[in-house]
Amino acid sequence: MSRPTRRHAIGATAGTLAGLALAGTAHASTPPATATPGATGNGPAGHQDHGAPEPFDEVFQGRRIQGAPSTGHMHHGAGYAVRIDGQELHVMRNADGTWISVVNHYEPFATPRAVARAAVVELQGAALVPLA
Amino acid sequence: MAMRKNQADLTATEKRRFVDALLQLKRDGRYDAFVTTHNAFIMSDTDSGDRVGHRSPSFLPWHRRFLIEFEQALQSVDASVTLPYWDWTVDRTPSASLWAADFLGGTGRSRDGQVMDGPFAQSAGGWTLNVRVDGRTYLRRALGAAVAQLPTRAEVDSVLAMTTYDMAPWNSASDGFRNHLEGWRGVNLHNRVHVWVGGQMSTGASPNDPVFWLHHAFVDKLWARWQAKHPGSPYLPTAGTPDVVDLHDTMRPWNNVAPADLLDHTRYYTFDSAA
Repeated sequence: MSRPTRRHAIGATAGTLAGLALAGTAHASTPPATATPGATGNGPAGHQDHGAPEPFDEVFQGRRIQGAPSTGHMHHGAGYAVRIDGQELHVMRNADGTWISVVNHYEPFATPRAVARAAVVELQGAALVPLA
Repeated sequence: MAMRKNQADLTATEKRRFVDALLQLKRDGRYDAFVTTHNAFIMSDTDSGDRVGHRSPSFLPWHRRFLIEFEQALQSVDASVTLPYWDWTVDRTPSASLWAADFLGGTGRSRDGQVMDGPFAQSAGGWTLNVRVDGRTYLRRALGAAVAQLPTRAEVDSVLAMTTYDMAPWNSASDGFRNHLEGWRGVNLHNRVHVWVGGQMSTGASPNDPVFWLHHAFVDKLWARWQAKHPGSPYLPTAGTPDVVDLHDTMRPWNNVAPADLLDHTRYYTFDSAA
């Protein structure tokens, strides 16, 4: 009997994360393109054009997550800013088009929305610290 | 000459002295300076721009120098201490002695990920997280939660078999040994271990968890094993590469040491075994 993995949890619109620390059915070999559940409106898995991703603005597990192209003072002009409850989440685009954040730095996700949702799960309600 | 040992072989006294030295560096503020440095490089190293500590050929020499500096700080507290390494191909479960209460403590509780035992638990009082990406000040882990399996010896061997150190574009898209060891490509070794531990180890502030040093000491040992296996394969690139640390370029933040100075670990320390 396998419990829901974090990736399943990210795809869920609701549900408790209790017992998450004991879950463990995800496969390390899962490519980033499939790291995002298909039913979340993230666009075609594994396909990225080289423009900035679409903006988004939604409430996910009680947190407001937003993403939009940016011309601000992002590190190295990343060109896209993500916020959780108004606080900026440092994100980075990998050469293959996948995304990471400072909260999930070693695990690529297909889109900025997916990386924002993963950060919400990881934060368990905690607030981000402002970027240095 | 310092000798780095497998953490599984440490005596109770060696474990205690290592932990006490960590706690002392934490108390006097020197520990957090290492966390700050690491997170700064995590956020500034990019595939399309300047990259030094990560996603680049200098990932291995940069962390080698970073660990030497940290080990020297430990030795300024207790000269008998050296960095142990964690062979995660062997000690693969949360029941390994590494995670016992007399060493690093275990996984986090399910409610909030908080580590509840060992010297680095919040309740022990000596390990408040100051350099962090969110508001939580306690050490967190979720061993095996986000990814089920640590890398195997066979997976490590498949990466050690690669004959070329690194390749253009010299970033997270590269083929070759460095990027497969770092884990942005292929079976995923180093990155996957960060994800397996979870908690702060998943973040840019990963050195907040003392296992960071034991993980990187083993990654460093794998580099040494690769060199022994491929004596004719040099560090690459050698010169003239934009945004990338070539063989004789000095590396930030030290600005006085180049990959060429760090290729031979025996100038600084030895290992307890070659395997």
